[in-house]
Amino acid sequence: MTEIPAKPLRPAEWLGGFTVLILCQLAGETLVQLLRLVLPGCVFPGPVAGMLLLLLILTRIGNRARPIIASADGLLGLLSLLFVPSAVGIMQYGDVILAWGGPLLLAVLGSTVLTLLVTVGVFLATDAWLARRRG
Amino acid sequence: MSGLGTIWVYLAASPLTWLGVTLAAYILALRIAVALGSSPLANSVLLTAAMVIPLLLFTRTSYPRYFEGAQFVHFLLGPATVSLAVPLFRNLAAVRRSILPIVAALIAGSLTAMGSALGIAAAFGAPSDVLASIAPKSVSAPIAMELAKGLGGVPSLAAVLVILTGITGAVIVTPLMNALGIQNYAARGFAVGIASHGIGTARALQVNDTAGAFAGIAMALNGAFTALLVAGFVLLH
Repeated sequence: MTEIPAKPLRPAEWLGGFTVLILCQLAGETLVQLLRLVLPGCVFPGPVAGMLLLLLILTRIGNRARPIIASADGLLGLLSLLFVPSAVGIMQYGDVILAWGGPLLLAVLGSTVLTLLVTVGVFLATDAWLARRRG
Repeated sequence: MSGLGTIWVYLAASPLTWLGVTLAAYILALRIAVALGSSPLANSVLLTAAMVIPLLLFTRTSYPRYFEGAQFVHFLLGPATVSLAVPLFRNLAAVRRSILPIVAALIAGSLTAMGSALGIAAAFGAPSDVLASIAPKSVSAPIAMELAKGLGGVPSLAAVLVILTGITGAVIVTPLMNALGIQNYAARGFAVGIASHGIGTARALQVNDTAGAFAGIAMALNGAFTALLVAGFVLLH
């Protein structure tokens, strides 16, 4: 991970950074609820709205972002841990997986490989086309 | 009941037990991954679940009871999603230069994710509620569950397929891209974010900060784009 802060954060700085993350999520969730009043079927997730809000904040506050960046990097370093409770939830669907297991797993595996290949291929092809046009 | 039995009844009911088990199993999974030379097959989500699930089955602990403890970890997914703004901020210049590849790869990848899953499952004769549950498998669980419901699918099955897709992509992305000799980490990250949402993004962040930034954008865009496609489909029917 790049840009690890040189010295450890003071407790108040660490808490401040984490609080900004929580408040951005809260603001994001509120914005999405407001949006739902206008567009009832809208499924835009609040945390993603919070992410866009934090990006806007980061582009504006310069050096004062250090505690936020450190808190965010700390959390992202453990991102895979946060998916464990959902992953363990698979245990409830043993019967579904057994009943439909083969086809479902094949569909998941085949579609995931295909999606990775198509996405990376289109990204690289468009990138190369742009590079040629820019000369 | 014996004294030890009483203590176990207390421990099995305490959220602290299952929170502790989750954290300890994850640390063990990280150590196993290092011992295996950080092989992509030693995915930390997969390894941890493979330790916790047998323990829950052996102790006859229900998932809701487990979740009473694990929810404290699960809750941090929200602030962690907000945190993805940080790698995005660090790679903002590269993202700005790549707007066109991002849009093109989003449309192609998102359609492939849904279309190919539907096609393969339909070829095996899966019923319509299973098809509706597998269509949104490449987006984050809360969005996928909502979309599956709108399409007439089973939200809980959709959530399982989302997790399986996430782990599958996280495990195969590195060997697949290395085998193809692709060294553009923006493209690699973007692909795994489209295919495998947050679990893919977690993997991308372990590999490279730029890959993590592009995976985060891909996940957010794919969630929004898939939701739009599904809304259009539901309106047309």
